Amino acid sequence: MNEDFISTLLLTGKLAGWTTLILFIIGLPLAYLLAYKRFFLKPVLEALISMPLVLPPTVLGFYMLVAYSPEHFFGRFLEDTFDWRLAFSFEGILIASVVFSLPFMIQPLQNGLTAIPKSFREAAYTLGKSEFTTFIKVLIPNMIPSIITALAMTFAHCIGEFGVVIMVGGNMPGETRVASIAIYDEVQMLNYDVANQYSFVLFIVSMVILTVIYSINGKKKIFF
Amino acid sequence: MLKINIEREMLTAVGKTLLKVNAEVAEKELLCLFGHSGSGKTTLMRILAGLNKPDRGYVEFNGQVWFDSAKKINLPAQERNVGYMFQDYALFPNMTVRKNIEFGQKIKNAEEVEKLLTLFELETLQKQHPQKLSGGQKQRVALARALAAKPQLLLLDEPLSALDFEMRINLQDEIIKAHEMLNSVTLLVSHDIKEVEKLASSVILLRNGKVTGHGNPKEMMKLVNAQLYY
Repeated sequence: MNEDFISTLLLTGKLAGWTTLILFIIGLPLAYLLAYKRFFLKPVLEALISMPLVLPPTVLGFYMLVAYSPEHFFGRFLEDTFDWRLAFSFEGILIASVVFSLPFMIQPLQNGLTAIPKSFREAAYTLGKSEFTTFIKVLIPNMIPSIITALAMTFAHCIGEFGVVIMVGGNMPGETRVASIAIYDEVQMLNYDVANQYSFVLFIVSMVILTVIYSINGKKKIFF
Repeated sequence: MLKINIEREMLTAVGKTLLKVNAEVAEKELLCLFGHSGSGKTTLMRILAGLNKPDRGYVEFNGQVWFDSAKKINLPAQERNVGYMFQDYALFPNMTVRKNIEFGQKIKNAEEVEKLLTLFELETLQKQHPQKLSGGQKQRVALARALAAKPQLLLLDEPLSALDFEMRINLQDEIIKAHEMLNSVTLLVSHDIKEVEKLASSVILLRNGKVTGHGNPKEMMKLVNAQLYY
């Protein structure tokens, strides 16, 4: 196996790993908000989060490119303040990947939270516990299968991401060339053997992740 | 002394009804709320616990205002120091029996936990998780946990409804123990006339959200038997 192959797979893992970590940190409070709170424009927020499920990745990629451009406010702000150019960089595809994978993290977490009987939260409140303590000590430990599903689904989805990454990051080895793009690239160059190697790795990784999710969900009924 | 004077619109199986309760409960009373499904018993308990908000009125306990719509006071559930036992017991599956009880404590105190485990005969079950317990055992853990917080008001929402006859009889004694240990006010929701007669020191009859009787258990159960509270 050549260096290129390894570095592409490592970059794919790095993108999926960082995306999953960032989304988990953002996702927990966001899922809590959506599961339990009522507020103005909640349906709009829910629709925005779910957009990547129905929107072509190229649409989101296009808007991300526009946003990253120094011609526009966000891109200009990043360049002027931090000297960052996000288009065609790892950081650029990471942000796009976070936005595009949002529903894969939020929805399992939100479902996990709403499946917990309301009386658990209420019991904790009547015992004098704050919402935060209840979240950490009662809710999170009772939704572990949903957390694992959310992490695994997000990671698996990121590994297979193509449209957004190619729009925002292009095909730069070591920087933005992830496995799914490498497959496309190798097929274009008629290197079917290398394309097959990448495909096989992605197939196995995705299969293992999904098997883990289904076996965990099969045991979910332990608690309730 | 618990003073209740509240109104709240409720949605029942037959449509909207107004829950309207004006009552006073003296210190050390074990008050039973008696009435059909949808009469407002659980809603009233939830209002007292701070889990539901009345539309109008006030709730006061030992001189402390818990709710007053006129003054816009609504003390959150966390600050009312109420022990609430839910119909489904709401025991946390991720914690053992002992941890569930410890979770109820405001300040960790192993000795107090031991006392509660002994009082409710849970010593041998302390390392078990709630999902492995029987209905009666769960009920005892829920009672112990509610008491661990040293509440000033104990609210028991149909604590015995899911249990068989023999178990009910045994666990009625546990409720008396809990009430005596607390030495304050206990409110209990029940459908069972014999249970009310055994446990309660006073009774409120609720019918479609209205109080149709408030007095000692014998008199109130006479009304129920004669179907006069309908």
